[in-house]
Amino acid sequence: MMSEIVQVVKVGIADMNVVKAPHVIRTCGLGSCVGVVVYDLAKEVAGMAHVMLPDSSLAKSEKMNVAKYADTAIEELVRRVIGAGGRNGHLKAKMAGGAQMFQFRTGTTDMMRIGPRNVEAVREQLQRFRIPIVAEDVGGNSGRTIEFHPKTGMLLIRTVNQGVREM
Amino acid sequence: MSYFERMDAVHMDILKEIGNIGAGHAATALSKLLNKKIEMTIPDVRIISFDEMMDIVGGADNVVAAVFLRIEGDAPGNMFFVLSIEQAERFIQQMIGDEQFKLEQDCSELSLSALQELGNILAGSYLSSLSDFTHLNLYPSVPALSIDMIGAILSYGLIEMSRVGDHVIVVDTAIHEEHQPDDRVKGHFFLLPDPESFHIIFRALGVEHDE
Repeated sequence: MMSEIVQVVKVGIADMNVVKAPHVIRTCGLGSCVGVVVYDLAKEVAGMAHVMLPDSSLAKSEKMNVAKYADTAIEELVRRVIGAGGRNGHLKAKMAGGAQMFQFRTGTTDMMRIGPRNVEAVREQLQRFRIPIVAEDVGGNSGRTIEFHPKTGMLLIRTVNQGVREM
Repeated sequence: MSYFERMDAVHMDILKEIGNIGAGHAATALSKLLNKKIEMTIPDVRIISFDEMMDIVGGADNVVAAVFLRIEGDAPGNMFFVLSIEQAERFIQQMIGDEQFKLEQDCSELSLSALQELGNILAGSYLSSLSDFTHLNLYPSVPALSIDMIGAILSYGLIEMSRVGDHVIVVDTAIHEEHQPDDRVKGHFFLLPDPESFHIIFRALGVEHDE
């Protein structure tokens, strides 16, 4: 029997990647950022994006990193997952993150609420592409590291205080 | 990168000096507070990617204790005081006078507020020296403490910067107790001015920085 080495494909901050089974895909240290996975279970293909900001209209530069913003990231992620063998209409999504890491009593600006805004924006974008969210772990005030297995459709979520959970 | 291309050696030296003065005052304050000798490293000013920034403190999912302050006033920005868990425990032990204290077992209100106050004093002295040096009005927000993955914590301070690009200018100064050269046992100050604040800081010090 051939045993294949399982690779862990990393997704950085404001980054995205696509992976096929048996390999897995991981992003570390999500705070207010949202980690979103779009996958086709039967085809065992999955893409993950580490979204930092809710909307590309917030960008103040000409050169755009599409993975950074929810609106541009989901569109590109869907395109890449389909490019790697995923089928339109069979895509599902899981997401985690969007925490509020620090609680401030005063001076809460819109930017401080970035976590919930990211979650809302990702949800809207998935709706736009009619991709159902089958599981999510969002909000709270803990950092998360997530790992997705395209073979089983399992999302592992690790937090500092609650250990590892499967979703 | 166009934003950073306008940064030359003089600008980087100014930021280095800011880190030097700020962390120098903070190290003095810490030394008085703990009645111990505290050493600091030469400030490191770097233009790096978000992921590289996380690597300075052990990678995005390394667990740390961090105090975060939002800087308001003439030159807004963010300031972090990041400690390894071991170092945070040592500081708390010395402040509350309990040498057995461990963060994992006992996260009492008192110990956490001691740590928060430590961060407040240090970041406050960093900022007030910066304010004196530049004659800019800078006000720290009430500090917030978090013990969590460094990526989750620091990304908060990158939000403003991320709107203009995928890199960040970080003024990084490390401090450690005397005779503790161990790499794990030290604290980092990160000063992350908002993008618009750089030219305000430079102008306040009489150096032109084209818009």
